[in-house]
Amino acid sequence: MNINATLLAQTIMFALFVWFCMKFVWTPIIAALEARKKQIADGLADAERAKQDLELASKRSAEILREAKEKASEIVANGDKRASEIIEDAKGQAKVEGDRIVAGAKAEIEQEVFRAKEQLRTQVSAIALAGAGRILGREIDAKAHNDLLDKLVAEI
Amino acid sequence: MGFWALNLDTFIMSLLLGAVFMLVFYSAAKIAVSGIPSGLQNFCEWAVEFIDTSVRGSFSSKNNMVAPLALTIFFWVFSMNLMDLLPIDYVPHLMTALGVPFFKVVPSTDPNATFGMAIGVFLLVLFYSVKMKGFGGFVGELTLQPFGKFGLPVNLLLEGVNLIAKPISLALRLFGNMYAGEMIFILIALMGSTWVGFTFGGVTLFGSQILLSLGWAIFHILIVTLQAFIFMTLTVVYMDMAHQEHH
Repeated sequence: MNINATLLAQTIMFALFVWFCMKFVWTPIIAALEARKKQIADGLADAERAKQDLELASKRSAEILREAKEKASEIVANGDKRASEIIEDAKGQAKVEGDRIVAGAKAEIEQEVFRAKEQLRTQVSAIALAGAGRILGREIDAKAHNDLLDKLVAEI
Repeated sequence: MGFWALNLDTFIMSLLLGAVFMLVFYSAAKIAVSGIPSGLQNFCEWAVEFIDTSVRGSFSSKNNMVAPLALTIFFWVFSMNLMDLLPIDYVPHLMTALGVPFFKVVPSTDPNATFGMAIGVFLLVLFYSVKMKGFGGFVGELTLQPFGKFGLPVNLLLEGVNLIAKPISLALRLFGNMYAGEMIFILIALMGSTWVGFTFGGVTLFGSQILLSLGWAIFHILIVTLQAFIFMTLTVVYMDMAHQEHH
């Protein structure tokens, strides 16, 4: 065990190695580690935020879906109401129209009946006249018995 | 061989080992990215984090120099100690064949290497003591405690021994462990060198050498790592003490 100049050389070498390690080894590696740590932290934060966003979005979509459903059912209800209204309207109109048609028909029928009666009357008076003429065996002067005939027609 | 002799074996081996260590870590640091690390970068990052954690554990002040210092010490001492595990005669015999009659493979069995490092650490401790506490504070720490100003000579003696003991214990612990380990390797190796042919004693000694050197080498893997770690941890602790005010 003899101490000599190697001691100084080793000390200087040691100092140089420490300096080199500090400057070119430690700093870049620690920087890389720090950068990765930051990256990971950022990534995790992003993931967290994305998760929150997703939750928010799903909540909103559920909300929108619910609103849409409500609106749809409202629209359907409105449609139903409107349809029944239209049907009611149509029913009313149809009834009125039907009534009108029935009334017109009735009036026409009455008129027809009346006309037929009138015709019948005239025919009956002619038949009666012809019958009477035949019964009497002679020509009845229509002019002379006009009054009588008219009275007869009126009676029928 | 006066004081100005240079132990070239120690010098070259430690320079070589330190250079290899620096080269490996430098090539990892050069390609260090924050993305997915490759194998070498992984290893170096693991080492850096390991050192960083243990430095953070025992060093409470803020100094960007301590962690790289610890990294350098750990891997340099570790690689120097690791030369212990090379078969004991191979490199010296090779060097003898090349014309160098004496070659010591394990630099940490040379007290010049361990004291060189310990003195480097000691200078840093002195520097940071003065820097953090001021010259007056440092001198006060050496002279005014533990017995107050009237016990000044006693204080100086106690604290001076305390201070000097730091580098000496650092250097001698590493040197002693490595030197003793190497000595035992040599003693074990002597068993086989008594080979006299296939006699009972010769075979027994030969087998004993194999088994014992295997056992001792396996045990030494632990010693090698432990001594490097102790040197590093003590350095960090001394640096921490240099940074802290005594109360």
